[in-house]
Amino acid sequence: METVTDKKIVIETRDIAKVYQDSKIAVQALRDVDLEISEGEFTAIVGPSGSGKTTLLNIIGGLDNPTSGTIRVAGRDISKLKDSERIDFRLHNIGFVFQQYNLIPVLTARENVEFIMLLQKIPVHEMKARSLHLLEEVGLKEKANVRPSELSGGQQQRVAVIRALASRPKFILADEPTANLDSASAANLLDMMARMNQEEGMTFIFSTHDQRVIDKARRVVTLEDGIIKSDEIRS
Amino acid sequence: MFKLAWRNIWRNKRRTIITIVSIVFAVILSSLMRSMQLGSYERMIDNSVRFYTGYIQVHKLGYWDEQVLDNAFYPPKGLQEQIESLDGVEAAVPRLESFALASHGTRTKGALIIGVDPEKESHLTEMEKKITEGTMVGLNEPRVVMGSGLADYLNMKVGDTLVLISQGYHGVNAAGKYAVAGLVEFGLPQLTNQVVFMPLPAAQYFYGADGLLTAIAVVTDQSGYVDDVREAILGDLDSSAYEVMDWKTMMPELIQGIEIDNISGIIMLLLLYLVIGFGMFGTFLMMTKERLYEFGVMLSVGMHRSRLQLLIFSEIVLLATLAVLTGFALSLPVINYFSQNPISLPEEYKTAFEKFDIEPIYAFSNEPIVFTSQAWVVFFMALVLSAYPLYKIWKIDPVTAMREGR
Repeated sequence: METVTDKKIVIETRDIAKVYQDSKIAVQALRDVDLEISEGEFTAIVGPSGSGKTTLLNIIGGLDNPTSGTIRVAGRDISKLKDSERIDFRLHNIGFVFQQYNLIPVLTARENVEFIMLLQKIPVHEMKARSLHLLEEVGLKEKANVRPSELSGGQQQRVAVIRALASRPKFILADEPTANLDSASAANLLDMMARMNQEEGMTFIFSTHDQRVIDKARRVVTLEDGIIKSDEIRS
Repeated sequence: MFKLAWRNIWRNKRRTIITIVSIVFAVILSSLMRSMQLGSYERMIDNSVRFYTGYIQVHKLGYWDEQVLDNAFYPPKGLQEQIESLDGVEAAVPRLESFALASHGTRTKGALIIGVDPEKESHLTEMEKKITEGTMVGLNEPRVVMGSGLADYLNMKVGDTLVLISQGYHGVNAAGKYAVAGLVEFGLPQLTNQVVFMPLPAAQYFYGADGLLTAIAVVTDQSGYVDDVREAILGDLDSSAYEVMDWKTMMPELIQGIEIDNISGIIMLLLLYLVIGFGMFGTFLMMTKERLYEFGVMLSVGMHRSRLQLLIFSEIVLLATLAVLTGFALSLPVINYFSQNPISLPEEYKTAFEKFDIEPIYAFSNEPIVFTSQAWVVFFMALVLSAYPLYKIWKIDPVTAMREGR
């Protein structure tokens, strides 16, 4: 198993285990997961359904706590943070892209992109300039004032991605971002994220079993039954 | 935040409209019910106070407990003028009241004789406006104005002679005959059926009570001045010789009757609001359940729980405000119309109402409390019912919410 050591490590998991108590049956979603992710990586976590991809992503994003083990993100043990501290941590450090585009239906595309910046209390003029710039980047400037229901699935996901990027987080965690997209939209979205990764230097981690995403990734971590089976770094 | 809340309440237009319509309906119905109830109370109080007792009365100490002519008093010199000079006092109306047997032909009935100063009395009972036949009497005329109900009973009409027999001050015989100048009709059927108004000098002469009064009724500019005026009068009088009573003390049965009726009215309103409350709760429940995924996402991306709670609370308050204002806008003209034009009951109901000494009229109140109380009830309900979504958000786990909310 190779690891990345030439760049600063920003995510570090040690012996992570997660057990879900579903009714009377305990389900081991993750076991002994040791993972280090460096700044600026474009990593895919792959594996079949139920292999623990989303659980690992949720733990890295501070949405869930491991049953045992430690998780350090940007130098902080996030499992020890209080609920409100963790929300703040996510707000300022992590951008999420979900499988279901999760745009707020009553806000326009531009307002959706501005939403997280609004929570971060970024000045209005800066917020507007950034949102319009990003919408232009992804070819949606003319759709800035329309609501999500008037956008196609691919367009909605692009808005969801730039919403995650807009606040300049250190990490983007994307859970099956291309699952509901056709090939053209998926390719378009992946190109855009790769470009953002290059230009903005953000760390991207995907959970996916979409081969198109896997092909684009520069590192592929394979999970099976909650265990890391392989960790492949591509040149 | 406000913009988001406003847009959120319209994301399911049909449900929002149904909720608003149900609250509007409740506000209109409860405003009308309350207005009619309060209007009836106001009318009852007004009939009793404005047409009979006045808001305040000054008597000889002990008169109210034993309302006999022997408890009449000589008013201290200048007392009437002194009372009339007080802030908030419209008039001080002198009265001499007692009972007599009223006869005409072969019929006789007990009558309430009220000796009045017609000019002063107009401030209190506005008697000249209540004359249904004939004219008002002058202060120095030996004629009377009698209730139309009593006149009907005695088969009398204007111009006939009424014979009165009674016992006067300190047991003197009192007898006299008086021409009927006019007939009056008041809101209180009991009064209409037994009252005889006689000019004060004539009444004092009839009862052998020269210069005596049983009461000075005080008319205030507004009912809210009663306490202050009463205090001011008390300050100027010898409390060991005189009593100064407000209308609430003089008519405890009326107050108790109103209070009892008020409770039953409030229970009806509560039942109405209970039904509406369930409707509102259903909306809030759906608002929470169908947006579980969205709440999970919002918490995931960094929105604090308190901010999300504030958003949902704003939506609830906005919805309630919208509904209450619409309810006000629709009920206000209706209530205003009915407060100006009370519903007069058909003839067949009048007898039944009069048996209970109630004026056969549905009066409506347009006092601000009719509307403000509805607003408070709706807002209080919204506040209580919002506890569910707020609690749900407090307890929500973003991952579970996103999984279950899909």
